[in-house]
Amino acid sequence: MGNESAAIETHGLTKRYRGGQLAVNRLDLTVPRGSVFGFLGPNGSGKTTTIRMLMGLIDPTDGTAHVLGRAMPRAARTVLPRVGALIEGPALYGFLSGRDNLLRYDAADPTADPRTRTARVTAALDRVGLTAAAGKKARAYSLGMKQRLGLAAALLQRRELLVLDEPTNGLDPQGMREIRALIRELAEDGTTVFLSSHLLDEIEQVCSHAAVMNQGRLVVQGEVAELAANARGRLVVTTPDTGAAARLLKERGIADVTVADENRVTAELPPEGTELAEINAGLVQAGVRVRGFAAERASLEDAFVALTGEGFDVAG
Amino acid sequence: MSRAEVVDVAHENPEPGPERNPSVLWSLGLFRSELVTVLRRWRTLALLGVLAAVPVLIGIAVKIQTGDGGGGRGGGGGDGPAFVTQITNNGLFLVFAALAATLPVFLPMAVGVVAGDAVAGEANSGTLRYLLVAPAGRTRLLLAKYASVLAFCLIATLAVAASALAVGALLFPLGDVTTISGTQISFADGLLRAVAVAGVVAASLSGIAALGLFVSTLTNSGIAAMATTVGLLITVQILGQIPQLSAIAPYLFPHYWLSFADVLREPVYWDQLVKNFELQALYVAVFGSAAWARFTTRDITA
Repeated sequence: MGNESAAIETHGLTKRYRGGQLAVNRLDLTVPRGSVFGFLGPNGSGKTTTIRMLMGLIDPTDGTAHVLGRAMPRAARTVLPRVGALIEGPALYGFLSGRDNLLRYDAADPTADPRTRTARVTAALDRVGLTAAAGKKARAYSLGMKQRLGLAAALLQRRELLVLDEPTNGLDPQGMREIRALIRELAEDGTTVFLSSHLLDEIEQVCSHAAVMNQGRLVVQGEVAELAANARGRLVVTTPDTGAAARLLKERGIADVTVADENRVTAELPPEGTELAEINAGLVQAGVRVRGFAAERASLEDAFVALTGEGFDVAG
Repeated sequence: MSRAEVVDVAHENPEPGPERNPSVLWSLGLFRSELVTVLRRWRTLALLGVLAAVPVLIGIAVKIQTGDGGGGRGGGGGDGPAFVTQITNNGLFLVFAALAATLPVFLPMAVGVVAGDAVAGEANSGTLRYLLVAPAGRTRLLLAKYASVLAFCLIATLAVAASALAVGALLFPLGDVTTISGTQISFADGLLRAVAVAGVVAASLSGIAALGLFVSTLTNSGIAAMATTVGLLITVQILGQIPQLSAIAPYLFPHYWLSFADVLREPVYWDQLVKNFELQALYVAVFGSAAWARFTTRDITA
């Protein structure tokens, strides 16, 4: 049975496509209610397949998925009206206006009250800043406007869960900021937001929790702060005397000393309890011209690279 | 109207109502939305335009020929009912002639395009996944799609009939109708028969509509589904013409199509009409269930 406190919960969720390709491999994911959950992974790591299984669009080969405490895809009719979704970018009827697109999607929802339809469509358009372009044919929309209209479709009713696949894709920086603000606002209202993104700083900025997928497997999940903390920070010394600095650091027993470029030496942070100021003083006393000395905090990106062993290359 | 007001409506009113039982009328909302969406496509309007143009062409051709003093040579060849010769006496016959001319190819082709595009076109544009997570419900969506294709069958038939009636009234005299059996019926009665004929023609298209819908569930390409459906139509029409294959002919969906002429007998001759309806019902049952089986189990990856 589904756990009531989890907005999304999967156990051993697996999808093998007909070609034999394993897209999602025994995924155990728990998205707490009320969280803003970042879903990370390189392209081809199985994020979209997972989202499609959660939304009842494709059948899992094995395992279970519960959304809002109900088993999917069996409970799709009762669960999905409480879920707003943006999956793999917006899809619109080009020959209909933005407003008519929303009216059509709303008509598809059997629980949507037709008496409030017009008002809800107007409110959704307003919420994503599309009021002025509502009458324009969707064909003439820019990618950013289409993205906003897709978001508006997810906001036609009050939702308990929003599943947003790359919601800021195609938006300019100002648009990204607006959408992030909107996500925070929705989260404050108590909506759980499940957000897939390839923009790590976006996840770091808006998400409370995150999970990382790689090659169909879940690598890690947890609170963003914890994930970032687990990645070790690095010691960074800015100096023109890189050779001398590197030698001195090694002599002190500091691991993984690398000369990053002609002005920078980086190394693993020394173990807890080492006084960094002493290391700095030692460098200066040995005549190293230290221009900068810092312990850089690990970002989620470092954590990500450490976990997946790669950047955002397409998985094979 | 202030924005605040509108937002309030959205926020206070619809406490998400999944427990609420959607009424029948609400379910009709999807059908209505479906039909309106079909009719607002340029392609649909173009198809209807072409269909409406056929009676105009026939009417003008007949008018020119009789203007030459030819008086009409003994009408349409083959098995087709020869209504063309009667048009000069009574414009109402243009309705029958136009339906007889469009039923073998033009009408089913238009239906094949709309039916073939119904699911595959939405999959192609990606809108299908949003309809399904709305959630439209797969069975409900398929039913709404089929109902809207059937409505299109009726609309397309009526487009031909109405255009034919207008052209016929404009170019030729109207009056009492001579039935195929040779008896005379009043013009009003004749008009009623014309409506009945349109209904029969529209019903004759329900088989290919189901076939097209099934093909549409098989692929993610609207064009491929349309081409396949129209290709099947042409193949079946050719098969029906090959004498050596006469054994299978009664099972091909167009076999009894031209039975609509029997509505114009006095009294109406039901035998072939009923066979036509039975055959169409068989196609609807077979391909309708196939479409349902396919669509409700399929992975939506587009």
